[in-house]
Amino acid sequence: MVAWLKRLSNSLDRPLTGRSRLLVAVAVLVLIPTFFAPLWRMNFWAQQYPEGLDLHIYSHALVGGDGGNDLTEINVLNHYIGMEELREEDFTELKWIPLVIGLIGVLTLRSAAIGNLRSLLDLLVIAVYFGGFSLWSFWYKLDFYGKNLDPRAAVTVDPFTPPVFGHKMVGQFEVWSYPAFGAYLFLAFGLLLTGAFYLTLRRPAPDGESRPETSTGG
Amino acid sequence: MSTKTNYRLVTLPMVALFLGGVIGCGDGPPRRGEGRGGAAAGGSELTNAALATYVAPGDLDEYYLFYSGGHSGQIFVSGVPSMRHIATIPVFTPYPGTGYGFDDESKEMLGGYTWGDSHHPGPSETDGEYDGRWLFINDNANGRIARIDLRDFKVKQILKIPNISANHGSSFVSPNTEYVTMATRMSIPFPEGTYADVTEYATRYKGVVAGIKVDPNSGDMTLGWEILVPPFNYDLGDSGKGPSDGYFFWTCYNSEREFIEGGKLEVTASQKDKDYILMVDWRAAQAAVDAGNFETHAGAPVIMPEDVSDIAWFIPLAKSPHGVDVSPDGRWIIGSGKLSPTTTVYDIEKIRTAIAAEDFEEIIDGIPVLTYESVREAEIPVGLGPLHTQFDDKGNAYTSLFVESAVAKWKLPPYEDGADMNQYVLDKIPVAYNIGHLVAAEGDSRSPDGNYLVALNKLSKGRHVSVGPSIPESAQLIDIQGERMSLLYDAFTEPEPHYAVMVHADKLNPIEVYERDDPQWPSHPEAVWEVEDTRIERNGRMVEVWMLSVRSFFAPDVIRVNQGDTVRIHVTNIEQTRDELHGMAVDEYNVNLVIDPGETKTVTFVADKAGVYPFYCTNFCSALHQEMQGYLLVR
Repeated sequence: MVAWLKRLSNSLDRPLTGRSRLLVAVAVLVLIPTFFAPLWRMNFWAQQYPEGLDLHIYSHALVGGDGGNDLTEINVLNHYIGMEELREEDFTELKWIPLVIGLIGVLTLRSAAIGNLRSLLDLLVIAVYFGGFSLWSFWYKLDFYGKNLDPRAAVTVDPFTPPVFGHKMVGQFEVWSYPAFGAYLFLAFGLLLTGAFYLTLRRPAPDGESRPETSTGG
Repeated sequence: MSTKTNYRLVTLPMVALFLGGVIGCGDGPPRRGEGRGGAAAGGSELTNAALATYVAPGDLDEYYLFYSGGHSGQIFVSGVPSMRHIATIPVFTPYPGTGYGFDDESKEMLGGYTWGDSHHPGPSETDGEYDGRWLFINDNANGRIARIDLRDFKVKQILKIPNISANHGSSFVSPNTEYVTMATRMSIPFPEGTYADVTEYATRYKGVVAGIKVDPNSGDMTLGWEILVPPFNYDLGDSGKGPSDGYFFWTCYNSEREFIEGGKLEVTASQKDKDYILMVDWRAAQAAVDAGNFETHAGAPVIMPEDVSDIAWFIPLAKSPHGVDVSPDGRWIIGSGKLSPTTTVYDIEKIRTAIAAEDFEEIIDGIPVLTYESVREAEIPVGLGPLHTQFDDKGNAYTSLFVESAVAKWKLPPYEDGADMNQYVLDKIPVAYNIGHLVAAEGDSRSPDGNYLVALNKLSKGRHVSVGPSIPESAQLIDIQGERMSLLYDAFTEPEPHYAVMVHADKLNPIEVYERDDPQWPSHPEAVWEVEDTRIERNGRMVEVWMLSVRSFFAPDVIRVNQGDTVRIHVTNIEQTRDELHGMAVDEYNVNLVIDPGETKTVTFVADKAGVYPFYCTNFCSALHQEMQGYLLVR
């Protein structure tokens, strides 16, 4: 355990190999469409909505299906249980997510150009943290909406958390919540960076790199 | 080698965390365009459904289905199982197709209104069975009730009574048609015509429920009694039968008794967990009026529950109810609050015991509220948005679920002590879409037939070729003979059925012509049956015409008047052959009569436009129909 951590830290100053740089460059290209592609989707289905209601979450926008009408419809339905209206301007995430994606993109370009393993690891850590935080933020928002119901609403329901990932019955609605195309691009981005990291790491250690001092590790 | 594996272990969780995992995405929602479910899936099921609803050319349906036409003001008549629309009975709205609202008599009956909001048809009953004599229907907009004679499918009377505002809790008929109900849905200051601001809603506004007495021979309706009740919204009802005979029941909401300007009634009327069923002993009400225990307001005898006890009671029910129904044996009273996922069953025996023991939670405006736990038999977890319940012949009940868009089939009592009530919900079928009411064959009577059920759905959403944005309502025929319900047929109706009754065809025996000397129809004083009796008489500025029509001419066929004369034309269709209807329309004078065989109609108008105006037969009658015309000459 200690041994491989030591070896990892000893390897961090290695410059990226050509192949690794290529993968990192491709990762930048993969990141660009995430500005425009939906990151997450929620689908609502009930007997009287045979075509379902769709909600697409973009990095910068909250868009209802059917030309935006589905969001209006979801809000109309939610008012019966006293849920606050879902309004794009209340989702502050939609302001900082594009900024952070841009920042990650710039750091990725830097790694592709002059990066070593350390910069790539930093990048991965930031990206994973960003991904994790965004998911938490999404969950927190849904939880907030589901738990802060107007007690004077016509229909009283127990507070609930809409699903972030998976399927749940909410009233007469079956709700599905799953990643959309943009999220898969993020996955590809992460895989490319991981691949790049691995390609450089697997090369034999250059001479100047210090060796682990114990041989019993692992 | 081992160290290499370890590096991988670091990176893999990173990737996994990245997206929170994407495994298991295969189980997605139905895509757009899919999910027109509900119909029988298998080929043989479809074939069975087709055969079950096919009524071969020349064959007759088994049942009459009388739909209310909502704000169209009419009643639609269809056949079951074919679901074919057969006829429209105009009630509160003029209907050029039958000349309704154009002749003097029907015009006077409509009282100047050009529409009504027909909601709940109620067939007359004898011993709790539909007897096929009359059909009553309420006007939710204008405090009226109408009676249709099922011998000729025509409205014979429209009664307007004072103090009833938005007559929704109507037309529910007692087991021997002693009374039919009326009730205020939207309370107003009492008595009718009083001004009071909505800020005084709780004290100055009142509801009224009424019993309309029906003459057992003629069917003539008169006001029997009114009862002053708190300003709740009295909604839907039913009549007791068997052990519950003698009671009327109405659900009511807004027991918060407030109307806050800008406060949204949908919110303010949903604050209390419970609203009520109002139960009225109509024999006691009749006795109170007979004994003079009433006040007269706006000309109506009004019983004050503060002064007269043992007439009305409230039974607590889950909030925002829209339906109370009495089981065929009369013992179980079933109420549904549409914001609760349960339907509540009450026992009339327990209700009687609670009344005798004065087991009351409180008293509202002189009306005792029975203790809920004392009168409730069970709460059945039927599903979301329960409204209206109908019955079969096997001890089952069928409740419409508006929010869930489904019909639940469940078992009536008895239940085992402490049993999980879910086991008594036997089946559920989705409907398209958002069912309001439902109707089972003879479903309100003491002996439902248990074969057909029609779901009256509020939305039809693309289950028919598009007719633009003004989308019709949908009615779905469901087979309830088996353990599981099965969908047979989609039908569509004009706006907007709120309720329906399904009466076995054998119960009705309509005439097809008005026979000349049939004693059941009083002979029309202005009828003329022979050409030599037809005539035109002038009396001052009034020109009166006694006309007859027969294939293919009018006699007389020329009417000469002076400009400004009042013209009154009595037309008798002397045909005695079925389906030989004649029309009599006068161009440019908005005159449009349709006269059935043996019928006489009268129209009066002022000939204020000079010139020559043809009149003609509108209803195709014969090969020489086009030649059936005359002239009105206005000098």
